[in-house]
Formats: sequence, C-alpha cells, structure tokens
Amino acid sequence: MRPARWFVLALVALAAACSQPAPQPKQVGSKDISPAYGDAIVEGTIGEASTLIPVLASDAASLAVAGQIYNGLVKYDKDLNIVGDLAESFDIARDGLTITFHLRRGVKWHDNAPFTARDVLYSYRVVIDPKTPTAYAEDFKQVKSITAPDDYTVRVTYGAPYAPALASWGAAILPAHLLEGQDITKSPLARKPVGTGPYRFKEWVAGQKVVLESNHDYFEGRPWIDRYIYRIIPDTSTMYMELKAGAVDLMNLTPVQFARQTTSTRFTARFNKYRYPSSGYVYMGYNLRHPLFTDKRVRQALTAAINKEELIHGVLFGMGQKAVGPIIPGRWAYNPHVKDIAYDPRHAAELLAQAGWREKNSDGILVKDGKPFSFTILTNQGNQQRLLTAQIVQQRLRFVGIDVRIRVVEWATFLKEFVDKGNFQVVMLGWNTSQDPDMYDIWHSSKTNPGELNFIGYKNAEVDRLLVEGRSTFDIEKRKKAYFRIQDILADEQPYTFLYVPDALPVVSSRIRGVKPAPAGIGYNQIHWYVPKAEQVY
Amino acid sequence: MATYLLKRILMLIPLMLGITLITFTVVHLAPGEPVEMQMAMNPKVGKEARERLRKFYGLDRPLHVQYADWVGKLVRLDLGRSFSPDNRPVTAKIRERLPITLSLNIIALLLEFGLAIPIGIMAATHRDTWLDKGITVFVFIGFAVPTFWLALLLMYLFGVKLGWLPISGLHTLGSDSYGIPRYLWDMAKHLVMPIMVASFGSLAGMSRYMRSSMLNVIGQDYITTARAKGLPERVVIYKHALRNALLPLITLAGFSIPGLIGGSVIFESIYSIPGMGQLFYQSVMSRDYPVVMGILIIGALLTLIGNLVADVCYALADPRIRHGGGAQ
Repeated sequence: MRPARWFVLALVALAAACSQPAPQPKQVGSKDISPAYGDAIVEGTIGEASTLIPVLASDAASLAVAGQIYNGLVKYDKDLNIVGDLAESFDIARDGLTITFHLRRGVKWHDNAPFTARDVLYSYRVVIDPKTPTAYAEDFKQVKSITAPDDYTVRVTYGAPYAPALASWGAAILPAHLLEGQDITKSPLARKPVGTGPYRFKEWVAGQKVVLESNHDYFEGRPWIDRYIYRIIPDTSTMYMELKAGAVDLMNLTPVQFARQTTSTRFTARFNKYRYPSSGYVYMGYNLRHPLFTDKRVRQALTAAINKEELIHGVLFGMGQKAVGPIIPGRWAYNPHVKDIAYDPRHAAELLAQAGWREKNSDGILVKDGKPFSFTILTNQGNQQRLLTAQIVQQRLRFVGIDVRIRVVEWATFLKEFVDKGNFQVVMLGWNTSQDPDMYDIWHSSKTNPGELNFIGYKNAEVDRLLVEGRSTFDIEKRKKAYFRIQDILADEQPYTFLYVPDALPVVSSRIRGVKPAPAGIGYNQIHWYVPKAEQVY
Repeated sequence: MATYLLKRILMLIPLMLGITLITFTVVHLAPGEPVEMQMAMNPKVGKEARERLRKFYGLDRPLHVQYADWVGKLVRLDLGRSFSPDNRPVTAKIRERLPITLSLNIIALLLEFGLAIPIGIMAATHRDTWLDKGITVFVFIGFAVPTFWLALLLMYLFGVKLGWLPISGLHTLGSDSYGIPRYLWDMAKHLVMPIMVASFGSLAGMSRYMRSSMLNVIGQDYITTARAKGLPERVVIYKHALRNALLPLITLAGFSIPGLIGGSVIFESIYSIPGMGQLFYQSVMSRDYPVVMGILIIGALLTLIGNLVADVCYALADPRIRHGGGAQ
C-alpha cells in the first residue's frame, strides 16, 4: 500500500492539540527561552495537496494540511485515547447503539460564523450523499438515524453496536453555512478552506507552498507559532539539503539519513531527531489459492527461513522492529504473547520436509513431484525499501532451497493486473493501520472478491467470527480478547509473513521548543510549540 | 502561395483528429483507472464508493461515448476537468505551470546555443589540438553525468557549504514583501542552478554538431578561395564560413520548439520547480486522463504548427516547393 492512505483520524489527531498546561517560562543562563508568539514553522512535504475539503481527499498531503484547518467531533490524545474535540464530551448508551455528542459552545468558523449542530448534520449528509465522490462513506452508512435535539447536541443511533463508529466522528466537520445547497465538488473551499482549527488558510501557491496563519480565537488557545508553511519539495535529498541550509524546519528522515548522515554534533545542535514506531507494517502475502501455499507448514517454513532482524538492519539501518502480527506493538490491542516463528533455517527445512519437499535438484532447489519450489515476489515500483527487503528474502530462501524471483511493477498495473485478478504468487506490500484495531476488510472471508482487500484469499471461520465480535462491542476487554485470539491464529497460520514495523523519523529544528514525543507521535501538541523571541527567524 | 498555405492548413484537421484518437486510445489502454489510484487498498472504501467515483468521472459510459464527449469539448477549446480529487479545469492546471516551464526552457535554449556555437567554432578552428580535445572531454562529461547527481553536488556546494545560492524552489519565503527589483533578483538566484544543469547536459550534442558543420564548411573551395585572396583568418571564419555553418543549427533550433512546453521530471523534482514535467508525470501516474490528454494534445498541436511554419519558410526560400512539384 502507498504511504498513509487511511489513517485520516490519526492525522486529524496529530494536527489537533490536546489540552495541556501551557509550557512554563524557563530561564537558562542569560538567554530568555520563554514561550513567545511569532515566527513560522516550515514543513517539507513530498506531495502537493490536491483538495482542502477533506471528505473529497484521499492523499496524505491534503489530509495533513486539512488537519490543521478543520476539527472533528473527537480526536486521539497523546496516548491514543479518544477524547472530545469539537464535542466537549460524548456519552455512549449502555447498549452501544446511541452516541450523544455535546458540542462546544462559542466555537467560531474562520469567517466568524458560529459552529453548531447544523454543521455536524451537514457533514454527515454530504458524506453519505451518493453524489459525493468520497472514500469515507462506509463508516457513516452504519448510522441508522442522526438528530440534533438542540444547537449543541447531536445524537447518533446505529443499527448494531459498531466499535469503529466513535473514531469515525474524528472526520472533519465542514462549514454548512458555506456549503449547503452547493455542489461540493465545485466549491471554492477546495482551494480556500474555512475551518475551525488552530490554523486558518492564507495562501496556496500551486506546486510551491501552502501558507497557514494561526487562529487567534482557537478554542484551545492561540497557537504560539504564527505561521505554518508547507513547502512542496518532491525530492527527499533536496529536502534534506534545504533542512541543512535552514530553509526547512520539519521533515521526515529516511533511515539512512537518520542513522548515518545526521549524527554529527553540528547537526544535532541545530536539530532534534525523534523516533517512534510508525503505524504501518511491511509483509509478504501468500496467494492462498495457489497450490504452493495451501499448506500451513510451507508458510511457517518460509517465515522460519527469513531473518527479520537482518531485514531491519539491512533495510532500515535498525530503525524499526519485528512485526509478528497485524497490530503495531504498543497499541492496546497488541498481543505481547504471540508465539513468533523464530529465524531457524533447520526448522524451516524440517517443516518443508514434512510438507513433502525433501529432494533437491542439481541446482540445490527443492523438488516435489518433479516440480522445483520456485515462485515470484511481486512488489510495486518506487519503493526502494520493499525491493531491498525482497532481495534479502530471496537470498535467505535460496539457502533453504527455494528459488525466488522478484518482479517490480508500476502501481496501477500492479493493482489492476495482478492483485485484483489474484494473478500473483507472493506480494511484498505494507499496510498503514488506523488506531482502531478493526481489520474486518483485510481478513474477513467475505472480502475476497476482486478489488477487495483480502486479496490473498484468507478464510478462517473462527477469525471471521472474532472480527465481527471485535467490532460490535465498545467493551475494551471483550475487544482485546477477540483481537488477541486473532493474532494467535494468524501467527500460527501465517497467511502473511509479517516482516517489520518501520519507525517514523521526524526531525525538527531545535529553535522550535515544546515538542514532546508521545505514543501519538509529535504532532498532537503543535499549538503549544513555540520559538523563544531571541531565536525567531521569520 | 495562398493555395499552398490553405491546403496545408486544411491537412491539419484530419491529422489532428487522428492524433486525438490515438492519444485517447493509448491513454485508456494503460492498465488501471483514476478511481483505483485514489481508492485502492483503502479498507474504508467499499465497492459502492468506487462505483460512485467512476460515475462521477463518467468512466462508466462506453469508451466511444467518452471519446465523443471529449472531442466535442475539445472543439470548443475545453479540455475538461481533472480526474484528481481537486476536479479543477485542465486549462487552469496547465496555465499555472506553463509560464515557468516556458521561460526556463527558453533561457536554457538560448544559453545552450550561446555556448555551443563558440565552443563548436573553437573546437573546429583548433582541430586536433589540446584545446579541441579538452573541449571534447568537457562536453562529453556534461553529456555523461547524470543530471540528478550533478544537481545534488551543486546544491551541496553552492547551497549548503558556500551558501551562495538557494537550493530549490523559485522564491525565498517572504519574498512577496520585497520590492520588484529584489523579488526578481531573488528569483534569478533560484534559477541559476537549474538552468546551469539543464544546459550543461545538452551542450555536447549541440557543440559537436557545430564543430562538424564548421569543419565541413572550412574544407570547401570558396573558403580556400577566400584565404587565397589574402583575407584575414578572422574574416574567413566569422564572415564567410560561419554563416553557412549555422544553417543546420537553425534547423535544429526549429526542432526544439515543441519541446519548450515539456519539462524534465527529474530536474523539476530535484529543484522543486512546479513545471509541466511534474504535472505530466503525476497525471500519468494517477491516470488523470484529461490532464494527460490535454498536455499531449497541446504538444501535438505545437509540433504541427512548428512543422507548418518550417515548411512555409522553406517554401518562401525555395520556389520548387512553392509551386508544388519539383523541377517540372
């Protein structure tokens, strides 16, 4: 999967801030480093936003910018709990069918119109409107009814308890007074958005930059930094040089930049580097319809033959951790007791022998019924990490007598000709996961049709049942039980070989203070970031 | 002459129609659809959402209907709306990127000719000396060095180490508040490196061309005559030889005109220049049909016009073409 496609909520959460006491003024020596208003932060971004109406956008760049401008009803706080955002608080009825949001009073849109329940109702209606070309209708289709008893209360009722529902209300709330009765796809808000967020839109120079200005009336307080500028720099090497030259303050480093090129004291004096697990994992997915991979022992053997530690060191320069299942380590749904299949080529050989792969031909390749054990790993073009991973895997599998070829295909072709048609043996891909552990679409046996996401064709009745169980209760203990068990089953069946979780590696200019890494990353408290008066440059 | 011109212009119509057909077919033959590119691999997207988007872009209609619709709009000079989430008119997208690509390419082209001609002459007049060999090595280094590598080295040297030039982009942040002279100076500084890199690579071809053309002319009888008359070498080379030697180069310049609206993806990406190259590349990658076809059609039209202008010029120069049919 391409980077950052579906954690809208995470992005919204990153952009918004959590309520935290303002930083205390500090004196170090004679230099005054107390918080001060002013200055600007320049973030380098590879892609340009396409539209700033988030319901229409599906790319990370658009959602990142929109996240500064809009708010949802709820958001994730720094520890990844769901808390109110535009909703001051919310109650979930005991049966899990009704959620009541109590909206904040006195919130104003950037054009000074008041924010009310009307905006929430509009945002719901537009996302489920069949004429709106949006990717986000699915969660809202589960809604049975939505009412606004008064201007500051919204009550949503579901047909069945649906756990991802609450988080889905982190989606941006749009200004009804500017959009109602208009064709949203032709709205000028796409290039000139009006939101409720900490930053308001100022200017967008196509292909160059998007400039945002701080919202002095923001309901959580005025951000210290006056301007937030996204500079579009499509090449990461160029961006890195701009960083070194001081023209970019914030970017994501590549593992090699993090590990090798940014270690000098000259660099570390000017920049702070942060490192925490990203929300994605890279995996090798086996086409379970293919006769080679129907036997569980074969898949287990393939996992045992791959040295995940080696991949992390070789590909990520150590900037990552082993993946053993579909849940990122550290999340509440992560099962720390999953039985991992350790790297052990001898064990792999035994498993293969049990599955009937005993003899080797003159090239040292395993043979069964006259056929050599040989397959192709398919991966998408433009992702160097996956290609390197595939090459190391190829080497490792050769040691146990499996002949692996690698084929790199351009993304559109990859999807259309191979994945959608089930025309592959093994794919090397990655998933970006949302904070909510629901993974129905990836593992449920009803999602194996062409174009759906269980493209490897995984079918397991118990997993099906647990997936439904996990998403239809708000009781976290019950959900935990379901997802823990799913992870145990997947670890045993190995429909994927889960490879690694790369780290997110942001770097921020050290003149920007108040950055506090937390499980949610660094972006959650951006309104509390500041530059001391003496160090301001813009 | 008028009938010739009219005939040529009328010929353009079927040609253009053929081009639209080929463009449309080729673009739609590429695997994948804009809808997939926006929504594939997204667990939150159901089948219905994809169908919705296909319908929104009109991709659910039969191909010939889509083609007729597109050509119909094209005739009214409407290139349609982009198939990316912004859904903006294609003309608006092209218009905001064209000026920078055009000006960069024109400056680079002038610089290439401005450098390649003297270099070529120098190499020709000093044939087989150390100077000639040195020039050859230099221009071929330019030809062989990968653009992105050279660009990064220059950036590091001038941008990071020396701090003389800005690294990428077109303007310094905050340059909007500068006065006009300072604003232009700022922009010029941003363009130095990209133009340098863009011209360096094509120097080799052009100067080699000039050299061989010059050598060809120098070997001819009328040059020997000029020398025999006792004319000074300067006059022989720059007055008599150069004019004739320049002719093939002018043809070459004519060929580069349609190329002026095209940009190089690599070099635009490295220097963060929001030009046509990036727009085209991104459109192809996201299967944004209207934008891809729009750019291709404009390119094709310019090529046709370029050819027409060249032919008309030939006709003006050569009566045989004008009267349509050799030396009858």
